[in-house]
Amino acid sequence: MSDPTSSGAVAPPGAATVPPPSPAPAGPATAPPATAPQGPPRPRRWGWPLSQPRRVVTTRPGRLRVLSAVLCLLSLFSGALTAWQVSARSSAADRVVTQGGDLSAKAAEIYRLLADADAAVATGFLSGRQEPRELRAQFDDDVAEASRLLARTAAKTTESAPAAGEIRALNAKLPYYSAEVESARANNRQGLPLGVAYLRAANDTMRDELLPTAKRLYDVETRQLNEDYGDARAWPWAALALSVVSLVALCWCQVREFRRTNRVFNRGLLTASVCCAVTLVWMAAGHGAARSELGSSDRHGAASIRVLNEARIAALQARGDENLTLVARGAVVTKRGMDAYEEGHRQQIERLVGKRTASTGSAAAEPDSVLGRAAALADDEDGREPVAAATRKTHEWRERHRDVRSADQAGEHQRAVDLLLSDGHGPQGSFKAVDGALQRALKSERKEFTRAAEDGADAFTALVPGAVVLGLLAAGGAVVGVGRRLSEYQ
Amino acid sequence: MASNERATSPPWPAGRPDRSRPAGRPRWRPRPASLAAVTAVVLTAGGLTGGSGHAQDGSLAPGGRAAASAGVPELPAASDDRNCERSLTPASDDGPAIKALKNRKVKKLVAGVDQNAYRWGYRDPDSQRITGFDIDLVHAIAEEIYGDPDAVVFRTLATNQMIPALQDRTVDVVARTMTIDCARAEKVAFSTAYFEAGQQVLAPKGAEFTGFDISLTGKRVCVARGSIAEGALDDPKHGAKSLDVTKVTVPNALDCLVRLQQGTVDAEVTDNSLAASQAAQDPTVELVGDRFTDEPYGVAMNRGDKDLVRRVNKVLEDYRRGGGHSRWMASYHRWLSDDLKGIKKPPKAKYQH
Repeated sequence: MSDPTSSGAVAPPGAATVPPPSPAPAGPATAPPATAPQGPPRPRRWGWPLSQPRRVVTTRPGRLRVLSAVLCLLSLFSGALTAWQVSARSSAADRVVTQGGDLSAKAAEIYRLLADADAAVATGFLSGRQEPRELRAQFDDDVAEASRLLARTAAKTTESAPAAGEIRALNAKLPYYSAEVESARANNRQGLPLGVAYLRAANDTMRDELLPTAKRLYDVETRQLNEDYGDARAWPWAALALSVVSLVALCWCQVREFRRTNRVFNRGLLTASVCCAVTLVWMAAGHGAARSELGSSDRHGAASIRVLNEARIAALQARGDENLTLVARGAVVTKRGMDAYEEGHRQQIERLVGKRTASTGSAAAEPDSVLGRAAALADDEDGREPVAAATRKTHEWRERHRDVRSADQAGEHQRAVDLLLSDGHGPQGSFKAVDGALQRALKSERKEFTRAAEDGADAFTALVPGAVVLGLLAAGGAVVGVGRRLSEYQ
Repeated sequence: MASNERATSPPWPAGRPDRSRPAGRPRWRPRPASLAAVTAVVLTAGGLTGGSGHAQDGSLAPGGRAAASAGVPELPAASDDRNCERSLTPASDDGPAIKALKNRKVKKLVAGVDQNAYRWGYRDPDSQRITGFDIDLVHAIAEEIYGDPDAVVFRTLATNQMIPALQDRTVDVVARTMTIDCARAEKVAFSTAYFEAGQQVLAPKGAEFTGFDISLTGKRVCVARGSIAEGALDDPKHGAKSLDVTKVTVPNALDCLVRLQQGTVDAEVTDNSLAASQAAQDPTVELVGDRFTDEPYGVAMNRGDKDLVRRVNKVLEDYRRGGGHSRWMASYHRWLSDDLKGIKKPPKAKYQH
């Protein structure tokens, strides 16, 4: 005889206690196998016959208890693993949304500000000894903003991060560059050609040291973004596998019980299976949705942004070289005897739209040029229209530059300078149009990127607490379900 | 790529015999006699061509002789160049070239000049006018031909454009601190020398250098890439190695002044004309020692314009006339005497007989 208190109170931690045994429901009653042996009363430790392992595996209640423990642990682990893996991916996705969009933009912005500052100084020199106030202000603003961005980027970067070295280098060289620009200005005010020599030295510092460092910083941030993408989009195989295993175990258990006892529905096990299935489907669907949205944000958003930044920087460098051609007045020539800055300008324009001019081909850019790639990556009208405008204006820039160049080569320097600086009909005006169009394109692509990335990150919403709760429910359901069967042996 | 494949793998598989020569013929082995003959030919060719000058990239000063050819010392000036200094005797009649100039639609002299050489040919950023020692001479030539010193159109030229511009007749005369040398004299015609320039050391005041000599030992010396000064430093006998100086090159001579001011070099070697224009911009540097090469500057014209050459020589004679009150001295005092001290008279004209 078993007394009610010694009913197999199977109580793995957290499970509901088993109600006192009630008469067995309809169905073939199986005689309980060996009863508890007579002997000295054993200490009650969860009621498990741990001191008699053979009893665990040979007796049905023992086996049932093992089964319930296994199912419970499986459910719990599966819930925990799901929660852990999903939470890792969810935070990676959040990083993509906030930092990926943000820091990468900062690095590109630093690069752009420095190139813009450089061009502003050169333009100032073209206006004679006295630099126009607005150009001076533009230079000062650009350098100040670049310093601020650098400080903010430094604050967000740990000391050992790969970006830290680049940020330190930029911080060290920026004051040096500013000093050279000031010397250039001071000498130019006195009408000395030494001013132009300092300007060229400052330009060399900018081109050979500052801009490559900023570019490396940008590359580091882009690599980080790609890593975050990879982390967020990786399938959580372990969690999926474990969930499938738990689901299969629960189903097998139910099928076995049905065969044995002809009872179709065991409420506990059914609950557990349903919870497990829901977790599995939710995780798969959520992750799949996140993957697709993040992928779309990468392909359509981030890739476009990268190419557009490249275009913007090429345009800035082309403008800087164009100005310096007229400022340096032939002081530096390439090996083949061409003016070095004119060559530089030509190369940047070719990078933007390719060699074909508007007269020889269509007004579109060559497919492997930067603007050509940007056009291919833009996937809606909001993105395509500014890129097309930028391409048109770049062709126009090329034409206007030719006029300036021929005036300069004919020896009419002042006319060349006037042509260059005239906003409406000169290359300066074309550059401003190109820059404006690229800014519009960037804005639209950033919106696209943020929208898709946020959608991706949202797909993980509530998945983590949901997986935990469902895991607990499944574990509880498994224990209850098996305990139901177990209780029949009391 | 196909060319890579050709470069890295022979056309026959490894292991098969080399069929690139016909079998049976022994491979040619160099004999001592043929080696000696080849070496002699190469050395002679090197000696003949080593004397030709080359234009320097970016340097504001014209190129003279190239860097030392095999075994020939760079300094001092060889006698062949002094012969090339001899120009046509002056005359004031109008030959075909002068007539063509006077009959032009736009009655102006087209002059090729520099716009970056402070004190020689420099465009002021405010007034946008080009002024300098060379420019004064150009105005004198225009006055002789057209009667009006301002009848000039200035075309600014880079170093490597000087000779092609004359040969294409894009310009009539070139007055651009251009050194007379034999190689150039074969392509263009030069007037008599109007200035005796040469390489000299520029250093901060108080640096206690005495010239291009052992006082520079252990110092960093800056030169423009491709210039005569770089050639002097590269000279194995008298150059950087023998003096134990560190050579620093820059694309343009003015960048050396920037380095001097920033303290990254200790001295500079460049044409004394350029050095003068640099000293004019920075009162704390000065020319030290004497110039150690001879580089006469001349006005260059198209080879066919013999009468123009004679006319320009006549202008130069008038320019030189008057001793201390000559126009030459006036121009010198206006532009150069502050920094290039101690020149008492213009260089003597040398004529062909």
